[in-house]
Amino acid sequence: MKEETDNKTLYFMMGSIFLFLLVTFSTNSWDVSLNRFFSIIFDIIPIFILVFILFVLTDYFIDPKKLVKLIEKKHNAWGWFIAGFAGIISTGPIYMWYPLLNEMQKNGVKNSLISIFLYNRAIKPALLPMLIFYFGLTYTIVLTVVMFSMSILNGLVVEKILDLEVIKSRKDL
Amino acid sequence: MNNLNQSIKKSAKMFGRIMPVFIGLILLLTLIMVHISSSFYSLIFGIHPLIDPIIGASIGSIIAGNPIESYIIGGELLNHGISLIAVTSFIVAWVTVGVFQFPAESMLLGTKFAIVRNVVAFIFSIIVAVVTVGIVGVIG
Repeated sequence: MKEETDNKTLYFMMGSIFLFLLVTFSTNSWDVSLNRFFSIIFDIIPIFILVFILFVLTDYFIDPKKLVKLIEKKHNAWGWFIAGFAGIISTGPIYMWYPLLNEMQKNGVKNSLISIFLYNRAIKPALLPMLIFYFGLTYTIVLTVVMFSMSILNGLVVEKILDLEVIKSRKDL
Repeated sequence: MNNLNQSIKKSAKMFGRIMPVFIGLILLLTLIMVHISSSFYSLIFGIHPLIDPIIGASIGSIIAGNPIESYIIGGELLNHGISLIAVTSFIVAWVTVGVFQFPAESMLLGTKFAIVRNVVAFIFSIIVAVVTVGIVGVIG
């Protein structure tokens, strides 16, 4: 709880300092920043509503413990694939998914699967035409395939390092 | 199956808890993004072919935003003669490493997890860039 409060304080302090500097030294930049801020907020509102509804529905219809058991059973290649696919189809800013992932983490879902989910949020089928436009079809296909493959390796490396940390801390005790 | 009212209350409580972090995060992102133009990036690349991907990944990690913005900046960097490896590491780090999201990630998923995940994602952004450009080079 203390860490949570510290983080909030840190954010507001950083935001306040930036705001102070901008208002003091650059009125034009302040206007642009504020316009952009509200533009993002308005763009995000529908996503917020959608995510909120999904949260309610998930909580209402799905027992997290059962879901965790289901994911727990999929700790093989299928688990990686499901986590990766979930990351790809997930929408909205990354930080909006943290609470749900936090819930899953608390219920024992492996960090490798959470990492794979987070990494694959970088792959967005809807944005691929834009990537093709700038970098070409071959590049886009190769990058997408490489990123999906590397996401699994990335997840396994994160898991391994965190496991080593746990073993090390147990030895220290 | 839970009670619907309970589910709504639980979700609202969770959103209320994290909302100040989101607002602060978006505010910070907009303030910084407005002050960094795409021409700025062309000044810092081109030091050394081996260092460029690291610089690309570093900038991509610090700056956050919609992937489309990274494509646009990446496309412009490419037009300015920046190497494809540097641009790729920039694009990959932009979406996989989150320095600005770090406080939120560390608050909800744990500090150790957030540090390890972001450091590993940073290293992988360079590996992904090297592998991707290597394969594209072979395929043609």
